[in-house]
Amino acid sequence: MSTTKWIAAAAVGALLIAGQALAADKKVVAVSIPAADHGWTAGIVYHAQAAAKEINAAFPNVEVIVKTSPSASAQVSALEDLSAGRKLDALVILPYTSEELTTPVKAVKDAGTFITVVDRGLNDSSIQDLYLAGDNIAVGRNTAKFLIDRLEGKGNLVVLRGIPTVIDDERIKGFQDAIQGTDLKVLDIQYANWNSDEAFKLMQDYLAKYPQIDAVWANDDDMLLGVLEAVKQSGRKDIKLALGGNGMKDIVKKVIDGDAMTPVETPYPPAMIKTAIYMTVANIVGQAPVRGTVKLDAPLITQENAKEYYFPDSPF
Amino acid sequence: MTIMASSTAIRPEREWNIGWTDVGPFVALIVLMLIGFLINPDFLSATNLGNVITRSAFIAIIAVGATFVISSGGLDLSVGSMAAFITGITILFMNRMAPEWGIMAIPAGMMVAIVVGLFCGLMNGLIVTIGRIEPFIATLGTMGIFRALITYMSDGGSIPIDRSLRDAYRPVYFGTFAGIPLPIIISVAVAAVASFILYKMKYGRKCAAVGANEDVARYSGISIIKTRTIAYAIQGTCVAVAAICYVPRLGAATPTTGVLWELQVITAVVIGGTALRGGKGHVWGTVAGAVILELIANLMVLSDFVSEYLVAGVQGVIIIIAMLIQRFSK
Repeated sequence: MSTTKWIAAAAVGALLIAGQALAADKKVVAVSIPAADHGWTAGIVYHAQAAAKEINAAFPNVEVIVKTSPSASAQVSALEDLSAGRKLDALVILPYTSEELTTPVKAVKDAGTFITVVDRGLNDSSIQDLYLAGDNIAVGRNTAKFLIDRLEGKGNLVVLRGIPTVIDDERIKGFQDAIQGTDLKVLDIQYANWNSDEAFKLMQDYLAKYPQIDAVWANDDDMLLGVLEAVKQSGRKDIKLALGGNGMKDIVKKVIDGDAMTPVETPYPPAMIKTAIYMTVANIVGQAPVRGTVKLDAPLITQENAKEYYFPDSPF
Repeated sequence: MTIMASSTAIRPEREWNIGWTDVGPFVALIVLMLIGFLINPDFLSATNLGNVITRSAFIAIIAVGATFVISSGGLDLSVGSMAAFITGITILFMNRMAPEWGIMAIPAGMMVAIVVGLFCGLMNGLIVTIGRIEPFIATLGTMGIFRALITYMSDGGSIPIDRSLRDAYRPVYFGTFAGIPLPIIISVAVAAVASFILYKMKYGRKCAAVGANEDVARYSGISIIKTRTIAYAIQGTCVAVAAICYVPRLGAATPTTGVLWELQVITAVVIGGTALRGGKGHVWGTVAGAVILELIANLMVLSDFVSEYLVAGVQGVIIIIAMLIQRFSK
């Protein structure tokens, strides 16, 4: 038994050394992201892997390594593993939580690594060289603007919120600020935890409670799927619009097909991880200056531009 | 209370020993409905009640299975993940077979669901009984396994059912028979079969005996291993039936399908009057418990009293009050 262990250990060691020898003259870019546990993170994994494949093929002297972690503590361990014994030229990270990851990322930074932070910020913004995120306030605001426009400034709305987090709060705030002063009335707003099943139930309840609803906003597409099913079951004709957010492929497809109830979509695209990886590599390979903060806007996806946001092969 | 439930369990069942434990959950149910009506008259509208009872069907069906497991002194934390896993397998199978078999892929897929459910339940049971691992830990392990498998099968995204099958399958959740939604009929049927097994068959008595006192049961010549393993297999089958009803609702399985259902299921069983440490099971009480849980959630939305931030807290309070009504209605 113990002999087998030693052989295994030796084999693993040999592999590690061989791998390092191969990678010695390459620039190493590590990408640390959450494991796919729901639609959006599945999209993150898909686009990160796609970017790694494209860059590894295009630049022989760059190696992009993607590592997924199922929890914050696993991500801390992953950072230690990635940086142990080799120098990382850059780290692209979408932190699980801001609090737990701040110190470990600082340690990587202190070893001389370029740090790109995506989506969720760290507690100490001086650690990052590049910060890239979407605009959650704009997700809410742009949806609201469209509704105001389409409903000519008046009507009854119901809203479904996600999980109590900063992301959810910002989307709701952007929305509420935008409809202030109009005759759009939010009849009800409740949490459905970004879950299709809960959204289905909540929408059934909204429909039972309010005889007249003009439009529904679910601040995420998973929830929108549940909402649409509930509206379909009720057979009600008063609901003119049901909008989501995030850019799930099924919903973007609806926009492409010119769906009457869901004619637009607001992106908070998981493909932003790809933008971050490409920018980081641009800095390393082409000396393109990228230090700073990049905020992707959330422009309305309409039938005209929907193709740009449609990824049929992505799981999200 | 628990001691009482245990002692009644060992005594042979009489034809009509309907005690307060049986009626308690229904008293709580009626009180809740009255409160609901006072708060918002729409609450008792046929559509609303139909919706609420229909969507409580998944939890009710799974909880009926859990009544066997808990009554026999076990626990199954894996039911939510298992439901997601079975849903995923079923959809993948139906989609694969749809081009060749057409609509027939649906009944075939249902059979697959039952077989997979039975197998998953059997696996849980054997790990607990033959493997002699605490049910909590064993099913916590399989809970992780099933959840990982559905996440893997879907790449973290979703597994949607084939468009060609969607409309044909839809009535299983949205359809009605004689004006009653099908999921309600299915859950009543499941509960009827379960109460026959639990109250009229020898196995039901063994189940309660094993749960009430393992040693006494063993000395009376009851096989603990067999009794408990069968309970888990019944649980697996019930999860499969719930999965069959679940697929047509949203037409997809995702890694978030069935999250935390295990807790709702356990709550439903306990509200229904079955003691968490085993003993006599209350099948119809369990069904009432599942409906109570959905009613509370529904009531929260229909009333305007509660801030959206406090909903979960108020739900917790109502569950405890419902339990108290049940206890003191003796």
